[in-house]
Amino acid sequence: MPIHEKSLIREENITVQEELVIDGVDVSGHWSTFIEPRVVTDYNEELEEEIAALPGGEYIHRCWQCGSCTNSCTVNAIDPEFNPRFWIYLIRTGMEEELLRDKERIWQCVSCNQCTYACPRDVFPEGVMKATAHWLELKGHTPKSPSMVFDEVFTEQVIATGKIEEGRTLRRFLGRTAQPLMQDWIVEMGKKLLTNLPLKMLTKMGIGSVLAPRTRGWSKAGAAIQEYQDEQQAKHRKALNLDELVAMAEQELTSQEQ
Amino acid sequence: MTDKKAKYQKVAYYPGCALEGSATAYDRSTRAVGKALGLDLVDVKDWNCCGAMEVKNIDAKIQTYLSSRVMSIAANEMDMDVVMAPCNGCYHNLKKAEYDLKNDENSREVVGKLSEKAGHATYASGQVETIHALDWIRDTIGEKGLGERVKNSLKGLKIANYYGCMYTRPRHIFPEKDQGPGSESTSKPHFMDDLLAAAGAVNVEFPLKTACCGGAHTLSDSDMSTKLVLNIIRAAEAAGADVIATECPTCHSGLEMHQIRAQKRFGVETKVKIIYFTQLLGLALGLKPKKVGIHENISDSLGLLKEKGLA
Repeated sequence: MPIHEKSLIREENITVQEELVIDGVDVSGHWSTFIEPRVVTDYNEELEEEIAALPGGEYIHRCWQCGSCTNSCTVNAIDPEFNPRFWIYLIRTGMEEELLRDKERIWQCVSCNQCTYACPRDVFPEGVMKATAHWLELKGHTPKSPSMVFDEVFTEQVIATGKIEEGRTLRRFLGRTAQPLMQDWIVEMGKKLLTNLPLKMLTKMGIGSVLAPRTRGWSKAGAAIQEYQDEQQAKHRKALNLDELVAMAEQELTSQEQ
Repeated sequence: MTDKKAKYQKVAYYPGCALEGSATAYDRSTRAVGKALGLDLVDVKDWNCCGAMEVKNIDAKIQTYLSSRVMSIAANEMDMDVVMAPCNGCYHNLKKAEYDLKNDENSREVVGKLSEKAGHATYASGQVETIHALDWIRDTIGEKGLGERVKNSLKGLKIANYYGCMYTRPRHIFPEKDQGPGSESTSKPHFMDDLLAAAGAVNVEFPLKTACCGGAHTLSDSDMSTKLVLNIIRAAEAAGADVIATECPTCHSGLEMHQIRAQKRFGVETKVKIIYFTQLLGLALGLKPKKVGIHENISDSLGLLKEKGLA
């Protein structure tokens, strides 16, 4: 089929033949632009259920594709390829390969809840974005996103002490994502603070970052949360058949070695 | 209105982690304004983190539990019926926990189990009312009362009022909003505008009141946050604002940080000052800049305040 709107087709799906004669008719150049036929054979029929099993994804089945989420999306205004409606469509139809094309984008949701505010079906698209990002990591399609590393560092600290000390969270996050602590803009911020702050205050902040604040009588609550979190994570692994997948991969490796 | 006026005179105060860390200026100014207005704040005993924006991404019900513990202590150990949280994140999470515990059996079950193991009474929805610092001042003192107490009018100060995401979205966790005249609007909030106008300020027409600052990714996707903050700052400057008034420590430090980052990384210099609304109210009530923590802000507004006769 000859096409005119090339911008609507992905480049790798367009074939152009410089010289082509069909049935004695020269159709070179413009007329030899073709879209590759595409057959999808690898539907993941479980995809919607897998996403729905993760926190935030529970209501994905309610979506009727109105597009209010994408229309109101903060990130979409900056990056038009960030398209929650489209991803929900792909998940519900099981188009896993298509979804994976955007695997580097999905975690960038800023949780502003404009989509949740606009959604007429209470899909909670913000939760679906988080569940999808989580799914990509659990299935090994993407490394842990910086955002997930931050969430983990943060949650670990809350479980351990009941509170957050921002300096410590910042340092651990930069450490785990292998970023230098002394970035130019962080240094500049520090300088601005130093010019105005009295010495007493700085000493207090210094102490705060060494001795993390702690909620009194927290240990039992922390232990209960940790136990619950472990249970939930085991459930998620089961819902995504992760242990089975790992066992299969191990088997494959052993048979290759033999 | 009058029952709220009496009810909010003495409230349980939940500062949250940020107000003990990066947002000491917000804590200081909230307490100072409360004192100047004769309102009583009783700190929630042994409070914990509400879960912020991070814990829900690991598991939303852990976040519900964390927030419920704070409300449980206020209700069951302190016998308070109102929790006031100035931080939008804390306010949002307590409201969300309230909604989930009222409407979701599964959340009640998880929170019940965790509370029992942790050894404290389980919070039951309805035991406390969670309010924002804006509600607190508005419903006790009111615009008229505030106007009468102003010693140092904010006259001539042009302000863009920035409310952020978590104060209004998602709508369902704020059943008291969008209830017609006198209630807060989730699409065009105005409580901060009203209070600052009563203190003499000129509010500019600012379309990005509830736009997102990218606070969730301020460190993990900094370029995105810088772009979002620049949108907000540029809109405020285009509207002629000298100051962006904030009511959330995440928004506030996000605006401050990315204003600097925009200059360092993209060479975009902007001038607007970032000040908590409680700091502005404190100045209007005649408090000295130090008393409201102006020196603790990264955004250096002292010059502007002096120029306007407020410092």
